[in-house]
Amino acid sequence: MSFIGSIENVGLYALLMRRVLSVPDRMREFMKEFIKGVYQLGVNSIWIVVIISFFIGAVIVMQIALNVDSPMLPRFTVGVVSREIILLEFSSTIMCLILSGKVGSNVASEIGTMRITGQVDVLDIMGVNSANYLILPKVAAFVAFMPVLVIFSMFMGLFGGYVICLVLGTPSVETYIYGIQAFFRESFVWYSITKSMLFGFIIASVAGFFGYTVKGGALDVGKASTDSVVINSILILVTDLVFTQLAMG
Amino acid sequence: MEFEGDNVLNDINARFDKGLVNMIIGKSGSGKTVLMKCIVGLLTPTSGEIMYDGHNFLALKTKELRRLRRDIGMLFQGSALFDSRTVLENVMFPLDMFSRKNSRERRKRAEFCLERVGLSDAANLYPSEISGGMMKRAAIARAISLNPKYLFCDEPNSGLDPKTSQLIDELIEDITKDFMMTTIVVSHDMNSVINIGDKVVFINEGVKEWEGTKSEVMDADNEKLNDFVFASDLFKKIKEAEDKISEDKKG
Repeated sequence: MSFIGSIENVGLYALLMRRVLSVPDRMREFMKEFIKGVYQLGVNSIWIVVIISFFIGAVIVMQIALNVDSPMLPRFTVGVVSREIILLEFSSTIMCLILSGKVGSNVASEIGTMRITGQVDVLDIMGVNSANYLILPKVAAFVAFMPVLVIFSMFMGLFGGYVICLVLGTPSVETYIYGIQAFFRESFVWYSITKSMLFGFIIASVAGFFGYTVKGGALDVGKASTDSVVINSILILVTDLVFTQLAMG
Repeated sequence: MEFEGDNVLNDINARFDKGLVNMIIGKSGSGKTVLMKCIVGLLTPTSGEIMYDGHNFLALKTKELRRLRRDIGMLFQGSALFDSRTVLENVMFPLDMFSRKNSRERRKRAEFCLERVGLSDAANLYPSEISGGMMKRAAIARAISLNPKYLFCDEPNSGLDPKTSQLIDELIEDITKDFMMTTIVVSHDMNSVINIGDKVVFINEGVKEWEGTKSEVMDADNEKLNDFVFASDLFKKIKEAEDKISEDKKG
């Protein structure tokens, strides 16, 4: 992707978003697609969120327990640090990076296939705002469902840590539970949820853009799908940096 | 009409009449699909006018354009049915989006359209579960569900066997006459032209070469049209037989 091409894509993305973020032609049809989107992008992602969060949570606790082993630090520090990592970065940023692969490629390939098989043209000829009809329900559904995924991720991450404490016994389960409750700031949960909703918008809209603007055949749909994952990952990391500085700096 | 500096269509002037099957024919790559895409607004020509009953399509405001679009039905080469919807849901889609009828009436209308194209039995099947010919019929049913004034068909017979092609042709012709639509069919299939083409426009290398009726096609003295029409052995033999009969009559 050349520099000029990238600049051009930013402009095209902005123009597409203008069409996407308008009032739907028929609210009834929008709601149908919204519910489909919640199931397809959100509910179907729960299992991957649960599995990854459980194991990463367990590994985080294990690593911290092994590496933060100092008489200067109380043992419940393992719980405190694990909780902050899971709440602040893992459940929002890292989980969204993973979801950008699953959800991003799903959205880009679905809309891309519709584009190359003429289904998008059919909508345009009918007078339907195709960008709005195809992309907005997916963006809205994913953004709306994101807090659920983040909460699942947080819970499973902490639960993974609990299980590892139960199995290894270091730190003890009681110490771990005390640690994850100590110095708890509720605002961190809201910060994480807000950030993930922003990432959710980026993932679904950028993937929608790449799918909607596909030209060519099946190979190009595959390329658009890959491009959407790459660009989404970069955007998530950059946005994370900016958002963290703005919200916590 | 230009693509990256190349002139694809040049100085095309044609009129398509109501209640007739108007055919745009030409070789592959001659520009006929581009012409159709310009007419339905999927591509914007660099100059010229596209008139729908006296209204310049290119000058219409968004609201007027949307209203006009509801009068347009289109059958795509690959049918372009929505994969995630059943045949009935595909036909109901335009009604769900634009009709003010209640749910029962919309369903009744969709079932009527499916019955009209002989697909009532396939209503609950998905596009991946039906044949190419059935897909075309389902796409026709969807195209006519809002009772459009204009029906556009892009290569309706591509990928179909001769018998199914004939069925699709007859269906297009019947629907055109029944609903008094202005139908425009893009094709390179001369069988279709002879079967249903009331009016024929021949495009060659982006230029309109010839215009006439289907009965005039066989006797036209346009060299490029003759090259196109008689590229098929069957049509060559028909022409030779006709010539022989007329010579015998003279003799």
